[in-house]
Amino acid sequence: MDNSNTTSRDLFPGALEMMILESLRRQPAHGYALVQHIQQRSRNLLQVEEGSLYPALQRLLKAKMVKAEWTVSPATNRRVRVYQITKSGLQHLERQKSSFDRMLEGIQMVLGPARRASNT
Amino acid sequence: MTWLERIFRRRRLDDDLAEELQAHIEERTEQIMRLENLSRSEARNAALRAFGNAALVQTRSREVWEWPRLEALFVDLKLVARRLSRSPGFAVTVLLTLSIGIGANTAVFSVVDSVLLKPLPYPRSDRLVTLSLQAPGAAGLASFRDGLLLSPSMFLTFAEHNRAFQSLGVWSAGTANVTGVGQPEEVHVITVSSGLLETLAVPPLAGRWLNADDQKPGASKSLMIGYGFWQRQFGGQRNVLGQTIRVDSQSWQIVGIMPRGFKVVDSGFDVLRPAPAAFDPRHQIMEGFAWNGVGRLKDGVTIGQADADITRMIPVWMDSWSDGPRSNSHFFDIWRIAGALKPLKQQVIGSIGNVLWLVMGTIGIVMLIVCTNVANLLLVRADSRQQELAVRAALGAGRGRIARELIIESLALGAVGGAAGIAMACAALRLLAAIGPVNLPRLSEISLSLESLCFTAGLSIFSGLFFGSIVSLRYSRVGPGAALRGSSRTATAGRDRHRSQNVLVVAQVAMALVLLVCAGLMMRSFAVLLHTPPGFSDPQHLQTMRVGFLQSIVSDPLAVTHAQNEIADKLAQLPGVSSVGYAADVPMDGLEPNWNSIFVQGRDPWSAKSTLPMRLFNYTSPNYFHTMGSRMIAGREFTWDDVYNQRPVGIISENLARELFGSAQAAIGKQITYFELMPWHQIIGVVEDARHNGVDAPAPAIVYWPTMSANLYGPEPLDAVRGVTFVVRSERAGSESLTQEMQQAVWQINGELPVSGLRTMQELASRSLARTSFTLTMLGIAATLALALGVIGIYGVISYSVSRRTREMAIRIALGAQKGELRWLFVRSALALTGIGLLIGLGAAAAIAQLMTSLLFGVHPLDPLSFATTALVLVAAAALAACVPASRISAINPADVLKAE
Repeated sequence: MDNSNTTSRDLFPGALEMMILESLRRQPAHGYALVQHIQQRSRNLLQVEEGSLYPALQRLLKAKMVKAEWTVSPATNRRVRVYQITKSGLQHLERQKSSFDRMLEGIQMVLGPARRASNT
Repeated sequence: MTWLERIFRRRRLDDDLAEELQAHIEERTEQIMRLENLSRSEARNAALRAFGNAALVQTRSREVWEWPRLEALFVDLKLVARRLSRSPGFAVTVLLTLSIGIGANTAVFSVVDSVLLKPLPYPRSDRLVTLSLQAPGAAGLASFRDGLLLSPSMFLTFAEHNRAFQSLGVWSAGTANVTGVGQPEEVHVITVSSGLLETLAVPPLAGRWLNADDQKPGASKSLMIGYGFWQRQFGGQRNVLGQTIRVDSQSWQIVGIMPRGFKVVDSGFDVLRPAPAAFDPRHQIMEGFAWNGVGRLKDGVTIGQADADITRMIPVWMDSWSDGPRSNSHFFDIWRIAGALKPLKQQVIGSIGNVLWLVMGTIGIVMLIVCTNVANLLLVRADSRQQELAVRAALGAGRGRIARELIIESLALGAVGGAAGIAMACAALRLLAAIGPVNLPRLSEISLSLESLCFTAGLSIFSGLFFGSIVSLRYSRVGPGAALRGSSRTATAGRDRHRSQNVLVVAQVAMALVLLVCAGLMMRSFAVLLHTPPGFSDPQHLQTMRVGFLQSIVSDPLAVTHAQNEIADKLAQLPGVSSVGYAADVPMDGLEPNWNSIFVQGRDPWSAKSTLPMRLFNYTSPNYFHTMGSRMIAGREFTWDDVYNQRPVGIISENLARELFGSAQAAIGKQITYFELMPWHQIIGVVEDARHNGVDAPAPAIVYWPTMSANLYGPEPLDAVRGVTFVVRSERAGSESLTQEMQQAVWQINGELPVSGLRTMQELASRSLARTSFTLTMLGIAATLALALGVIGIYGVISYSVSRRTREMAIRIALGAQKGELRWLFVRSALALTGIGLLIGLGAAAAIAQLMTSLLFGVHPLDPLSFATTALVLVAAAALAACVPASRISAINPADVLKAE
C-alpha cells in the first residue's frame, strides 16, 4: 500500500474518535462510509485504517457516545450497521473540539514566531 | 451494557462484528471492481490486502468489551490445559516431580518453622534464658551433657542476690505415685521452686499459681495439675479446685490447673508441686546439682551481662552455705564455675537445629534439581513446538506474547504442583507425627501453618518463574527465520539448545553428588554407631521396668532389699525369662546419675580430693551384668552374700581399670573408697565399658557398688537404693503379656509399689541413635530423589539427542560406521557431562561436609570411601542412563530412515 502522501496513523489519542464523532454529527453512517467520508473530507490526507476504526467504534459504543442499528442500505441494498451520535457523544465532541482548538492554537503560537524568525 | 451483559451477550457482539467487517470488505471489493475494473476475485484479494488482518481487527474490537489481561490469561490457561491434556505422560511426569519437590520442601519447612523459627509458647519468650553453668575445673563432669545444673542453695543465692533477672526459678522432672483410685498410677511430676511460674508467665487456666508461701517450711501441701491429668482424672470438672489427692502417700490439695499445651521448658507433666523441704534455707548444703534453672532477663540486660552476674554470685554462694563444720565451701573454687546462659529456645531445640537446617538445605537442593529437571523436560517439549512457535512468530505474535505464554505454562505447572505438594506435605507431617522421632523437640507444635502455606506459594511461583524463564529466554528470542530453518531436515540438533540442556545436566549431577556424599557420610556414621559395642548385648531381648521403693511404702532398708530380691526371684520364674537383675540406672535411661571421685588405697591422699576426677556411680544387683550380657573382663559379679553381709566390694569398668591400674587383671583385689568415713572397698570385678550416655557419647568411667551398704550418714545402720530398674532377659521382651506379668509380680510382693519405664533396652539404645537415624533417613530420601532425578535428566538428554540425530546416524551407518562406535559416541558425551558435574560436585561436597562434622560419628568429613563410592555410583548410573537410549541406534535401519525423507 502506498502511504507516501497519506497519514494513516492516528495523530494523537482521541483524534480518530473526534473525527468519527464529527462525521456522525453531520450524518449517521456505517463503517465503510465513515472511512470514505474522512478520506474525502481530508482530501486524501488522512486514510483511516480499518484496524483502528472498528475498535474505536466499539470504544465509542461502550462509552455510549454512539449507538448502532442494523438497517438495509438503500444505495447498495445491503444490511449495514449504521452508527448515530448520541447526546453525550455530542457533548463530548464539543468539549474535545474546543480543547483541540486550544491545543492547536497553542502549538501554532509556539511554532509560529520561531518559523518567522527562521524565515527572516 | 452492564458487565453481566458484557459476558453473556458476547456471542451476539462477535456475530455483529463479524458481519460488519464482512460487509465492509464486500463493499470495498465492489468499489475496487468498479474503479479499477478487476474481476471479483482479484478485487476481493486487493480488498483483503488493504483491510489487513481481519481477525486481528476483530480481536482488537472485541477486546474493548473485555478485561483483556484477565481474559488473555484465561485463554492462555485454557491453551495450557488443552496442550497438557494432549501429552498426559509429560504432564504427569512434570507434576509428580514438582509435587514431590514442593511437598518435601513444604513439610520440612513446616518442621523448621514450628521447631526452630516460632517463638516458644511463653509471653515475651525472647527474654527467657536457661541458667546453665560451666565448670571447666570439674574434671569428669563432662558426662553431664548440658554443663552443670543448679543446686538448691545456688538457687536461693541467685534468687536473693541477682541484679540481671526480672525473676528466676528452678525445676526438676520426675515421677510420683498417685494412689487411692484404682491401680496405683505413676504420674509425671515437675517439682518447681518459687519464681518458676512467674518466670514462664503463663497464667493458670483456673485457680492460682504455686507461690513463695507454698515453698515455706511447714506450708500446707498445695499442688497444681496439668490439663491432660485434669481431663483424664477429673473429666475436666471445675470443682476439682480444693480437692485433695494422695501423691506418694501424702495428701495434697489442688489449687490450680495449667492450660492445655503448657510445658515446663520441654517437659510435659501431670502434677506441679513445690518442694518446701528441698528449698528450706535452714538445711542446705552446697551440692545437689540437679535443678534446671530458667530466668527472665530484665529489659536491656544481655546474656553476657547476666553471665557476669551469675559468675559474680558464685563466691556469694560459697560464702553463704556449707556442707558442715569440717568442710570447706571454697573447695568449689577449683571447679571455676561460671555462667553459661543460653536462650531458652536454644535449650529446647538442642542439637536438632543443625540437623534440621541441614535437612532444609538438602531438600532445597532437591528442589533445585527438580526445577532443572522440569526445565529440561520443558526445553525438550518446547523444542518439538519450535516450529509452531516460529510459525506464530512469523504470523505476528510478539516476543513478549510467546514468552508470556511459556511462562504462564510454567507458572500453571508450578501452581498445580504446589497444590499437590501441599497434600503431600500434609501426609508427610502426619507420618512424621505418627513416627514421632523421639528426640525431635516441640513435635506437638508442628503443623502446616500460614507461614508454611505462604512458603509453598512462594516456592511454587519461584520455581515456575525459574524454569519458565529458562525456557522462554531460550525460545522467545528465536527469530522465525532461524527457527524455521533450524527445523528443516538437513540440519542436525541445534548446538545452541543443547548447550542449555547440558548445563542443566551438569548442575544436576553436581547437586546429586553433594547429596549422595552427605547421605553416604551419614550412612557410614550410622554403621559405625551400630557396630559400637554399647556395653550390653542383644538389647531387643532385654525388658526394663522401674520400681520405686518409697520410704512411705517400705521404710526399712533391709526390707527394701528383701523386696527387691523377691521381685527378682518372681520375675525369674516367669515363663520365657532366662535371667533377671536390677540396677539404680541402666545405660541410656537418661536419669541423672550419681557421681563422685574415688581414692585408691596407698596412692591418693585424702587431701588430693579436689584434684581427683569425677567417676560415674551405679549400684547393681547380683546377676545384673549376666542379664545385660555385659562381659566380665576379670573377676566376678556381686552375690547375694555380698549384699546381705554388706561386704565392702566394688566393680569397675574396664576403661577405669586401665586408667588406674594399667589392666583389668591388675585391678582385682585393689582397695578403693570415696569418703574418709567409708571403709576401703575391694575391687572384685572388672566389666566391659558401658556407653551410659548414649551410643554416640564416649563410655564414662564407672564404679559399681552393691545396692545396700552400711549407712554412713544417718541414724539407721543400713542404706539401700530405693529407685531401681529391673532388667529381664527374655524372648518375650516388649510383649504386652510379659510387661503385665512383670507388673503383677511386683504387686504380688507389694500392691502399692509404683511401676514405670516399661521399655526394652533396644528402645533406649535407639533413642541415642535417633538423631543419626533421623538425619540419615531424611538425607537418604533427599539423595535418592536427587539420584533418580539426575538419572532421568541424563536419560532425557541422551534420548533426545539420539532421536534428533537419527538421520545423521543413519547416514553414518550407511557410510560404514560401526554401531558400537556410534553408541559409545552418546555414552561418552553423557560421561563427559557427568565428569564435569562430578568435579564441581566433589568440590562443593567437600565444603558442605565440613559443615556436617558435628553430626558425624567416627567418620572424617572427607572420608575417601564415601566420596569414591558416591562418584562411582553416579558414573555407573549415568552410563546406564545413557546406554538405554543409545542402544536404540542398533535398531536404526539406514535404508528405512533415509527412505522416509
